Amino acid sequence: MSSLVTRVRQKQIGQLIDTGKRLDGRGLYDYREIKLEQGLIEKAEGSARVLLGKTEVLVGTKVETGQPFPDTPNEGVQTVNAELVPLASPTFEPGPPDENSIELARIVDRGIRESKAIDVEKLCIEPGKNVFVVFVDVWVLNHDGNLIDASALAAVAALLNTKMPNYEIKDGEVKIKQGYIPLPLKSRPITVTLGKINDKLIVDPWLEEEQIMDARISLAINDEGNICAMQKGGAGYFTPQQIVEATKIAQEKAAEIRKKLDW
Amino acid sequence: MNEKPEKLIDKKGLRLDGRKADELRPIKIEVGVLSNADGSAYIEQGKNKILAAVYGPREMHPKHLSLPDRMVLRCRYHMAPFSVQERKSPAPSRREVELSKVIRESLEPSVFLEYYPRTGIDVFVEVLQADGGTRCASITAASLAIADAGIPMRDLVVACAAGKVDDTVVLDLMDTEDKVGVADVPVAYMPNLNAVTLLQMDGILTPDEFENAVNLAMEGCKKIYALQKEALKTKYMNVKEEVEE
Repeated sequence: MSSLVTRVRQKQIGQLIDTGKRLDGRGLYDYREIKLEQGLIEKAEGSARVLLGKTEVLVGTKVETGQPFPDTPNEGVQTVNAELVPLASPTFEPGPPDENSIELARIVDRGIRESKAIDVEKLCIEPGKNVFVVFVDVWVLNHDGNLIDASALAAVAALLNTKMPNYEIKDGEVKIKQGYIPLPLKSRPITVTLGKINDKLIVDPWLEEEQIMDARISLAINDEGNICAMQKGGAGYFTPQQIVEATKIAQEKAAEIRKKLDW
Repeated sequence: MNEKPEKLIDKKGLRLDGRKADELRPIKIEVGVLSNADGSAYIEQGKNKILAAVYGPREMHPKHLSLPDRMVLRCRYHMAPFSVQERKSPAPSRREVELSKVIRESLEPSVFLEYYPRTGIDVFVEVLQADGGTRCASITAASLAIADAGIPMRDLVVACAAGKVDDTVVLDLMDTEDKVGVADVPVAYMPNLNAVTLLQMDGILTPDEFENAVNLAMEGCKKIYALQKEALKTKYMNVKEEVEE
């Protein structure tokens, strides 16, 4: 995604950040307004929509039965896919997933997986044969920067909203019973992304900031405030001091955002 | 499949392969190993065997991808089907696409891209044998290949992972430690600029443990950095001898 921000605008954003302010009136460590809605897709087992400023991400989950991986016969399967839908931005094009959507999906996946958010052992029906597979599909509907945090939040919100089929095993056969049970969850990871502009860290970069920032760093924080996944991105670098600073900011921000999730 | 070991660190504090917590695997680096490439390097780090080659700066293909103000750096990280226990399909996996991207982004800050506008440079990394920590070894080798191609750089990029196995923060995780361990933190670093250009993490760490891991990884980077420079010098000492003969 090439930069579409004029030089004069770049300078303006940079100078404002030097004085601790941002173009949209936020402080350096402020998020845009977050709106969260759950359960809006009836056909999906779980769904959530997150508005982060103008960035909009819809996540739907489906739960189906399938085979476990050979090395984890007692565990259900989690799979995350992200689609940068062409209607969301002039820079998104139809076609197979590019590296940006693959990276987005893998960052969201890692946050959920490494925090052990889904209790995969409870998703086992018959070891080695039959388990529940949780599909998390991230649908980006409007791109105004920081897709990572919006997608990760929407994914966790959708998982919290997910119902899975109630089942029992009778004479070695799986019978799906009436009704649904909530998806067993153990943690609510929150991902916080920081950008670096003019050697200063900012939280939740929006589109123009994202296009001119040197680098970004995303941290997934679990309920205990520990770090469970991290990814640096962009063609710039961080000093070790900035990384330590970023972990502290991310912990605070994650605790703030987590309050928005019903547990 | 190998059985999962219960303990990754024994009572004496030694790891599965007999290393201490802050010890690197044996590393062998060679520069200028491929005759067709403009620059190349080969690294062995433990059982990892990785080749990196650089082509360019050359005309971009397709042309419309070139940029008017700088060179475009492309990177392809790829694993050979025989490089792992169970055959890997040669088609690029999602993991390889992501790693290609993060490796590229770890190298970009080191190169003076603005010196070669409208051109492209391709960095190809081929993992011939994988044993944990391939992205780090790939970066170490790829950066050397770029230097070997004679492209102006701010510093060499060197990478090394640290992580947590059992209750200990350890350096340079090998395959089993990576898979069974608690957390893995790969770091790429430019020592002269004190700049971290790649940072990823998976697993759970407290903020203090994380800071320790990053610092340990950077110490490891500095040790490998010395080997990197040595390898570059060795190549040019050989060239010098040839010329003088």
